[in-house]
Amino acid sequence: MPEPTSSSHKPEISLWRRMKDHLATAFCVLTVIMVLAPLVAVFTYLVIKGVGSLNWAFLTQTPKPPGEVGGGMANAIAGSVLILAVGSLLGVPLGIGAGIYLAEFGRNRFGDAVRFVSDVLNGVPSIVIGIVAYALVVLRQKHFSALAGGAALAIMMVPTITRTTEEMLLLVPNVLREAAYGLGVPRWRTTLSITLRTATSGIITGVMLAFARVAGETAPLLFTAFGNQFWNWRLDQPTAALPLQIFTYAISPYDDWHRQAWAGALVLIILIVSAVSAVRYAVRRGTLGGVA
Amino acid sequence: MANQALFRQPVAGPQPVAGQGGKARTSPLQHASDGMFADRLFGWSILGCALLVLAILALIVWQLVSRSQLSWHAFGWKFFWGQDWDPVNDHYGALPFVYGTIVSSILALIIAVPLAVGVGVFTTEMCPRWLRGPLSFTTELLAAIPSVIYGLWAIFVLVPLLRSYVQPFLAKTLGWTGLFAGPPYGIGMLAAGIILAIMVIPIISSITREVLSVVPQHQREAALALGATRWEMIRIGVLRNARAGIVGGIILGLGRALGETMAVTMVIGNRPEIARSLFAPGYTMASVLANEFSEAAGDLYLSALIEIGLALFLVTIVVNAMARFLVWSVTRGQPARARA
Repeated sequence: MPEPTSSSHKPEISLWRRMKDHLATAFCVLTVIMVLAPLVAVFTYLVIKGVGSLNWAFLTQTPKPPGEVGGGMANAIAGSVLILAVGSLLGVPLGIGAGIYLAEFGRNRFGDAVRFVSDVLNGVPSIVIGIVAYALVVLRQKHFSALAGGAALAIMMVPTITRTTEEMLLLVPNVLREAAYGLGVPRWRTTLSITLRTATSGIITGVMLAFARVAGETAPLLFTAFGNQFWNWRLDQPTAALPLQIFTYAISPYDDWHRQAWAGALVLIILIVSAVSAVRYAVRRGTLGGVA
Repeated sequence: MANQALFRQPVAGPQPVAGQGGKARTSPLQHASDGMFADRLFGWSILGCALLVLAILALIVWQLVSRSQLSWHAFGWKFFWGQDWDPVNDHYGALPFVYGTIVSSILALIIAVPLAVGVGVFTTEMCPRWLRGPLSFTTELLAAIPSVIYGLWAIFVLVPLLRSYVQPFLAKTLGWTGLFAGPPYGIGMLAAGIILAIMVIPIISSITREVLSVVPQHQREAALALGATRWEMIRIGVLRNARAGIVGGIILGLGRALGETMAVTMVIGNRPEIARSLFAPGYTMASVLANEFSEAAGDLYLSALIEIGLALFLVTIVVNAMARFLVWSVTRGQPARARA
């Protein structure tokens, strides 16, 4: 029979155990600080060095020859927009289509295979996708092009878009589908104007996630879009891209180019953040808000 | 499950009224006859999208395999053991790159795992509730920074820091191991490992958070009721349950580290050598592709590079599949374990 002593009221925890507990807590707090430190450092440097080097010429001029001071990355900003537009045009419909298939028809072996493959695609290193785009597009066209760069980025966008589209569509309650069927609406219209519409905001979040991920990609553009010192709006010509330009300038030996690399990095981040928030704002303001 | 039951039925429109036969169309709302064709068209086109996703992977495999044949026939397995990378004499061995990829990734994991798991534990188990959201958002933000910007930052901030402070210190204290010997360039394997660690931390910590959050609450309560301190509760009740998932997250991070290109290329030094010291410059599989692919003159040279790409592709697939299986086994297997 347990004795009703005072010690049973509050069990003693030995000093050593209490110390271990405090040590563990301290360790975890320390890790948080150490992980946040590089984040803060990257952003601080980006803002300080970037703002200091950003000027009007940077945004409006094309690069000067190596070693000369001045010039800018206007053509690279435009090139990035072009390549990303091509990539989104190819990748977004494909990803959403595959996502619809998985959500509405994909409860079978074939659907599982598609799911598995898109997960695998998600893990393929971006440089390998660059090789494949090179082999498929560049070798056939005989020169580097914006189209090849866009194709590489499209391949990278598809898995993310497919899986989020599927997840978002599965969140749409079945009663909505049943109600549409009950009114005699054909299946394709139900899917497009009821199910897909309800899940719009979630799907757009997925698309923007994929977009943000590829917008900063450099590796797949190295031997597809290749880069260009001049303006180019043609899809079948080598095209400058902001990440490529940052890379080239960062590893160059010129101080002025280093400065411009920082400015380019800041512009890149601002472009990504503003594109993502603009679309999200438009979705939230519109009438398309859904369950997700 | 409800979906499945619904979609197995041909629900093109209202069911025909009994007695009027299967083909009767009475309701004015019915457009089933046009709907049939459009439905089929729609079905085929989204099936086409799904097939295209499969086709993309098939194309990747086919292109990599067929275009690396030349090098495969010339060198066979020796390709991965050869130490000479000599484009001038058309002789290729990929060992320095394989070594660089493995060492930089392992170094990254050694640095990243304790930090990432610590952050994951802190966010799910220790921090006040209001801090949880902002904290996970900030760690995710680390993943959103493009790798070329990490590279830029590493060149101009991290590398000088390593060169003037960290490396001299390591050489003085741990130089006897041989791992931290030689001139402190700043650029080299150590810089690559650190920048990779920063890039994989968000992956590992977000997976850790995910698997820790599915550990049932009563595990924690039971441990606390038995008089465990908070740390003991975390160790016995939480971490032990989530072990497999955390390992899965670590392997997922490994997959990312193996394939990471730009940031590593910018700081690793790009010299195809195998050196014991972490201060020495190295080279990785992804970096050699980034640097040499567009300048590869000669079929064998190009083919050798593509073979490196193929190897990288196969390794990352295996690593990712393993990781997903482990994470899945924890997050899905949870109810069974909770019942036991």
